[in-house]
Amino acid sequence: MSWLLVMPVVVPLASAALVAAGDHVVPEAVKEYPPMIAAAASAVFSVLLLLQVQSHDLVHWHGGWTPRHGVAIGIAFVGEPLGVGFAAFAGVIVTAALVFSWHYMEESPRLYRVLMLVFLAAVSGFALSADLFNMFVWFELGAVATYALAGYMVEELGPLQGAINFAITNSIAAFSILFGIGLVYGRTGALNLAQIGESLAQRRPDGLVIVAFTLIVAGFFVKSALVPFHLWLADTYAVAPAPVCLVFAAVMSELGLFGIARIYWTAFSGAFAAHSGAITATFVAVGLATALLGAVMALLQRHLKRLLAYTVIAHVGVTLVGIGLLNAKGTAAAANLVLAHGLLTGALFLGAGVLLREFGDVDELRLFGRGGRLRVLGTTLALAAVGLAGVPYVGTFLGHSLLDESARTRGYGWVAPLTVLATAVSSAAVLRAVARIFFAVGTREDPLLSAQPPEEPPEEEANRPLMVVVTALLVALGLAASVIPGLQDRTEHAADHFRDRRAYVGQLLHGEQAKHEPSPVVLHSAKPVSLVYGGLEAAILLAATALGLYRRRVPLGVRRVAGRFLGPPITVLRGFHSGIAADYVAWITVGTALIGGIWALTLR
Amino acid sequence: MSYLPYVVAGWLFLIGLYGVVTSRNFIHLTVCLTVMQSSTYVLLLAIGYKHRSSAPIFYGIPAGSRVVDPVVQALTLTDIVVSVAVVALILSLALDIHEQAKTLDPEQAVEVSG
Repeated sequence: MSWLLVMPVVVPLASAALVAAGDHVVPEAVKEYPPMIAAAASAVFSVLLLLQVQSHDLVHWHGGWTPRHGVAIGIAFVGEPLGVGFAAFAGVIVTAALVFSWHYMEESPRLYRVLMLVFLAAVSGFALSADLFNMFVWFELGAVATYALAGYMVEELGPLQGAINFAITNSIAAFSILFGIGLVYGRTGALNLAQIGESLAQRRPDGLVIVAFTLIVAGFFVKSALVPFHLWLADTYAVAPAPVCLVFAAVMSELGLFGIARIYWTAFSGAFAAHSGAITATFVAVGLATALLGAVMALLQRHLKRLLAYTVIAHVGVTLVGIGLLNAKGTAAAANLVLAHGLLTGALFLGAGVLLREFGDVDELRLFGRGGRLRVLGTTLALAAVGLAGVPYVGTFLGHSLLDESARTRGYGWVAPLTVLATAVSSAAVLRAVARIFFAVGTREDPLLSAQPPEEPPEEEANRPLMVVVTALLVALGLAASVIPGLQDRTEHAADHFRDRRAYVGQLLHGEQAKHEPSPVVLHSAKPVSLVYGGLEAAILLAATALGLYRRRVPLGVRRVAGRFLGPPITVLRGFHSGIAADYVAWITVGTALIGGIWALTLR
Repeated sequence: MSYLPYVVAGWLFLIGLYGVVTSRNFIHLTVCLTVMQSSTYVLLLAIGYKHRSSAPIFYGIPAGSRVVDPVVQALTLTDIVVSVAVVALILSLALDIHEQAKTLDPEQAVEVSG
C-alpha cells in the first residue's frame, strides 16, 4: 500500500494545477467545490494512512530507486505516526479554512484556493520526506504560497507591509537552511536523513557540523517565530485574511518545530548524543523566553488579530520546550500542544474574521459591547480562550501535563510553573478581549493597549451561520483534545518511535520493517501535580483577565509604582516590534550568532 | 583544493546580509537578497567541484572518467527556480507598496507596529 503514502501530496498538488487550468471552463456556480473536495480527500487519505502506520511504518522510494548496498540513491517518503498525523492535521485545517471562506474571499478566489492547496501539498511533503534537500524544496514551495496568501489584500498598506516583512525574513531563513544543508552534504556526501545520521554519528561533532546545525535550526526558528527571530510574525498574522490566519497559526508556525524535531532525531542525534544536555538547555531557554515575551506582548494589544498573533508566539515557545526536552514524553507533549492549540487559536482567528465581516473592525475597545448580538460566537470564543490555558481536562491540558512530567524526569521541574504563567497570561489577554467585545465587561478605555489602523472588511455577502459553525466545530475538537481515549498512549508511543534513529536507518537503508505495536488503550487519570498546575492556570487566567478589564479600579498609588517599574521595559519591548524588516533581519543575525556561539562552546 | 570558493560564499552571504539590514529601498533590498542567495550557489558548486574533471555529461566521454558531482548542480538549479519565484513575488509586493505609500523606503512604509 505504499501508493497511499504519496496521496496526501499528489491529491492537493494535482488538484491545484487542475483548478488553475480549468478556471475558464468551470461555471462560476460550482467553482468553490473542487478545491474543498480536494482538500477533504487529502485529509481522508492522510487519516487512512495514519491508521495504516499505527503498527508499522511505510516507506516509498520515488521512481523505484531503492538503496543499493545500504547507500540511498533516490528520494524516499517515510510514513510514521507523527509525520502522517501532522499531514492529516494540516488536511483538516485547510479543509476547514476553505469551508469557512465559502463566500468570504470573493476577490480572485481562484488564486486563493490554488495557493491553499499548494500549501497543503507542501506541508504533507515536508512531513513525509526522508531527504534533507527534498524537505527544503517542500518548505520553500509552502513558503512561496504563504507569502502570496499573506499579501492577498493588495489595496492596503498593512497587509503589504506584513507580507513583504514575512517574505524577506523567511527568505533569509531559507538561505540559512540551504547553507546548512550544503555544509552537511559537503561533510557526508548524503542527502538522505538516515544516511546523514549514520555518517555524522561516526565521529565527534566538529566546527562544521555545529555551524551547519546552527544554520538549519536558526532558519526553522524564524519560520516558527522563536525569540529573537519572531518579530515578523505579528505584522503578518494581524493583517492576513482570517481563513489564511487559521492555516498560518495552526500549521505553518508548527512546521518549523516539526522540521527541527525531524532533522535533529534522524540526522544529528547520533553526533550530539553526548551533548543532549546543552541542546536541551538552549531549546528550553529560547522556548521559555518566547513564551513569556509572547504573553506580555499579547496583554498589550487591542487589535484582536495582533493579540492572537502574540498568543501564537507564546504557544510556539511552550511547544519548543517540549521538543527540546528530547525525551518521548516531551515530544508527545509538543504533538498534543500543536493539536489542541492549533484548533483553538485557529478558531479564534476565524471568530475575528466573523467580527471583521459583521462590524468592519477587530479592535477590542472600538467594538466594546457591540458583539452582544453574537452571543453564541462570544461564548464559543470564551471557551476557546479557557481551553488554550489548559485548565484540567480541557484543551491543551494533556500537552501541559505531559510537558511537566517530561521536564521533571530531565531535572527541569521548574519549567512547568513558567509555562503555566505564560499560557495563562496569554489566554487571559484573549479572554479579556472576548469579554469586552461580546459581553461589555470592564472599562471602555485603556491607554496601555496599542492602537492599530482599521482593516478593510471583505465586501461580499458571506454565510455567517456557516462561519460560526466551522468556528464552533474547531473549538469543540480543540476542547476535547485532552480527553480523547488513547490519545496520550498513542502519541507517547509515536513520539518514542519518532526518536528511534536505529529503526529509521534500518527501514530506509537496509529494508528492515520498523514494527512498533501500539499499546492497548488505557484511560489515564491526571497526576495530582498536573491538576494543581491546571488549577493554578485557571486562577492566573481569571486574575489576569480581571486585572486587564478593571485595571483602573486598582488604587492610584499602586498603579503609579507599577507604571514606574513596568513602563520603561514595556516601551523598550514595543520598540523592538518596529515593523521594519531590516531591524528584524538584524535580530535574526544576532540570534543566530548567539545560538551558534553557545553551541560552539558547549557541543564539543 | 582551494579554500577561496568557501571564503567567497561566506563573504557573499555576509555582505548580502549587511545590505538587507542597511537598505533604505525595497528594490535594493531585494537585490541584496539575491546576493545572499548567490552565496549558496557558490557554496554548493564548490562542494561538488573536483580538480581535473569534466562536466557531468555522460555522452562521448570514456566510461570511468572523472566528472564533478552532478547532485549539487541539480540542487543549485532547483534553488534558482525557487528563488526566481520568491524574488518576483517580493518585487511585486514592493510595486504595490509604492502604489499605496508613494515610497520604497521600508521605514516610511510602516503601517502596523508595537
